[in-house]
Amino acid sequence: MALLEVTGLHVEFRTRDGTVPAVSGVSYRVDAGETLAVLGESGSGKSVTAQAVMGILDSPPGRITAGRVLFRGQDLLTLKEERRRRIRGAEMAMIFQDALSALNPVLTVGAQLGEMFTVHRGMSRKAARAEAVRLMDRVGIPAAKDRAGDYPHQFSGGMRQRIMIAMALALEPALIIADEPTTALDVTVQAQVMDLLAELRRELAMGLVLITHDLGVVADVADRIVVMYAGRIVESAPVRDIYRRPAHPYTEGLLESVPRVDRKGRELYAIKGLPPNPRRIPPGCAFHPRCPRAREVCRTEVPPQFEVAPERTSACFFWRETPGGTGAPDGTEMRGGTEMPGGTETPGGTRAPGGTEEGDG
Amino acid sequence: MAERPAEPILEVRDLVKHYPLTRGVLFKKRTGAVRAVDGVSFELAAGETLGIVGESGCGKSTVARTLVHLERPTAGRIRYRGEDITRLSGRALKAVRRNIQMVFQDPYTSLNPRMTVGDIVGEPYEIHPEAAPKGDRRRRVRELLEVVGLDPDYAGRYPHQFSGGQRQRIGIARGLALRPEIIVADEPVSALDVSVQAQVVNLMERLQAEFGLAYLFIAHDLSVVRHISDRVAVMYLGRLAETGTDTEIYEHPTHPYTRALLSAVPRPDPAARARRARIPLAGEVPSPAHPPSGCRFRTRCWKARERCAREVPELAVPEAYRASGGPAAHPSACHFAAEPDEPDEPYGTGEAGRGA
Ligand SMILES: Nc1ncnc2c1ncn2[C@@H]1O[C@H](COP(=O)(O)OP(=O)(O)OP(=O)(O)O)[C@@H](O)[C@H]1O
Ligand SMILES: Nc1ncnc2c1ncn2[C@@H]1O[C@H](COP(=O)(O)OP(=O)(O)OP(=O)(O)O)[C@@H](O)[C@H]1O
Ligand code: SF4
Ligand code: SF4
Ligand SMILES: [Mg+2]
Ligand SMILES: [Mg+2]
Repeated sequence: MALLEVTGLHVEFRTRDGTVPAVSGVSYRVDAGETLAVLGESGSGKSVTAQAVMGILDSPPGRITAGRVLFRGQDLLTLKEERRRRIRGAEMAMIFQDALSALNPVLTVGAQLGEMFTVHRGMSRKAARAEAVRLMDRVGIPAAKDRAGDYPHQFSGGMRQRIMIAMALALEPALIIADEPTTALDVTVQAQVMDLLAELRRELAMGLVLITHDLGVVADVADRIVVMYAGRIVESAPVRDIYRRPAHPYTEGLLESVPRVDRKGRELYAIKGLPPNPRRIPPGCAFHPRCPRAREVCRTEVPPQFEVAPERTSACFFWRETPGGTGAPDGTEMRGGTEMPGGTETPGGTRAPGGTEEGDG
Repeated sequence: MAERPAEPILEVRDLVKHYPLTRGVLFKKRTGAVRAVDGVSFELAAGETLGIVGESGCGKSTVARTLVHLERPTAGRIRYRGEDITRLSGRALKAVRRNIQMVFQDPYTSLNPRMTVGDIVGEPYEIHPEAAPKGDRRRRVRELLEVVGLDPDYAGRYPHQFSGGQRQRIGIARGLALRPEIIVADEPVSALDVSVQAQVVNLMERLQAEFGLAYLFIAHDLSVVRHISDRVAVMYLGRLAETGTDTEIYEHPTHPYTRALLSAVPRPDPAARARRARIPLAGEVPSPAHPPSGCRFRTRCWKARERCAREVPELAVPEAYRASGGPAAHPSACHFAAEPDEPDEPYGTGEAGRGA
């Protein structure tokens, strides 16, 4: 059983200027001990998906209009808020980009960490305090005992992020969702934070959903990747395959845009045009106005998820022409209007019905 | 790579910026100082890009702000075309400021939300009316928008109607309004997506070629800095650790901090995972109010010895390389820059930063 399985999630925001379809049918899964990276254009729905999973969606105006979020087999979306609240923090936790605004500025970090244990575990204040210090020590805060009495602003950015991680880990959750946990940090501190997360994931067999823009970080730590564009998953694959042979034109463009030494002095590759306005997502394939491979059909029809290889999908009609598709066996259409060959619906990027061969020829 | 002309357009000598630390509400007592920038020297040639990298809080933005006169330096000199502009004021200062413009990091907060894009881009003309006659401003603003790849008809819209990359273009258009020779760009692409980042970097390079601009380009992303820079300066705790051409810094770093920094850059190549070896930096960054004696990096340096606590290393080409030349012969502020001893963990040299 997957630790987390999101299926066909739809989220929209009702605002004064109309409805924004922020997430339009997202499916992914995470197993215990696995790191799933969520990549994608700014505004593509990465954070909103995470908020829906955590049950912290800003609603109203946000609303989940369809989908399932199975966590250890139970559908979180049908649970009572009280029950969800207990799962949140104890079994699944979130790390935000901006630690300073996520921590309480008028409480010492020791008190904030301790609260996790008094509230969720019914520990005494004293025991909770000791646990807090142990956690701070664990995430590498030097002289943890002396610093437990300090306030968030007295720590550097990297240390605050560690305290956020300590907070998320306090109750040893089975799943952590980290939304751009290192974007605000410089590379040396970023490396420390990512190492820490990787170590804890190994030790506790935690599942980790890592949302990030940083293709370097993803290459370093992820097991699998989903790439989002305009509220959908456009590609899903094991980390190695996607970097070598992307199977969706947007992923291709993203990888091409990264500066490389051997291209110094030349223009960087840039995906033409601009990210879509979420209120006016283009019909058909949302990427078509920017896509170098686009053809007539792309303007009118929404591409379903094609199975490129086992554990690999691409939402592109012409995935066979991409590096990920060349030489690969025929794709099986998996979802979106057509009948599933095997019957049951599977979330994007997972086991495909019918044995197709490895697409990496 | 740009040939370096003999005459630098901008010359910074021993720049110091200290922020006083005070205690007390009524009678402020000075208790010390944050030594944000503590003796930095560099030059910038016309049409050249100098990249500045370094840990958060090492003083990069402070350097940038003193160059555009948003801060007054505590000590040191800034020369523009040979003229000391550090203590200028009034008219003379205004004339110089026209030529050195700044582009800020955050496209979401650096633009006034209540001004139209046209007003934002044309604002420098209000401050420097001599730069463009009133009747000509509208046309110029439209031209500037076009130059940075925005529809001139957008002039009447407000910043919130634009995406991050578009807002960054608006900031660049404003930076260009007075036709400056130097643009100080403080993390101009850090807040942007990879795909939008590529567009803005290309735009900056195109404008440089077209208008002969010189850039001081500050960024955290070492691969972007490498792509755009002719030379790179590595900063640590208020001072420069190492300077050189991009190849010298990325392929032949001689300062331990630069090596650690490069080794931490994640590479967008999962196959490199097993091969990569990071140099872990021990401990936290020391407070700039109490920098370590001697070499500021010594509390985290695996090569540190007794001499490092006593003597401040000068930023100079290491003695041993001076005669022989080669890519290692570039300025490095380390007493032992010429000793290629390895840290306990194995590590790759400049390789680590490559392709990242
Ligand atoms: N509270 C809200 N009200 C209205 N619209 C919202 C709200 N929160 C998010 N959205 C919209 O939902 C869409 C998805 O946003 P989301 O924050 O998930 O993007 P993201 O992929 O995380 O982007 P980024 O990389 O910039 O963080 C966007 O178009 C955004 O404008
Ligand atoms: N107005 C100020 N008053 C007091 N201290 C300041 C002030 N501005 C900056 N500092 C301090 O000076 C040091 C250098 O800050 P600066 O903003 O130049 O760093 P930076 O290298 O730009 O960092 P980052 O990469 O995080 O932007 C920091 O320790 C900072 O806290
Ligand atoms: S479906 Fe068409 S427009 Fe969409 S990514 Fe594929 S080729 Fe491009
Ligand atoms: S001078 Fe000493 S402490 Fe400083 S970088 Fe060199 S070896 Fe390290
Ligand atoms: Mg987000
Ligand atoms: Mg800064």
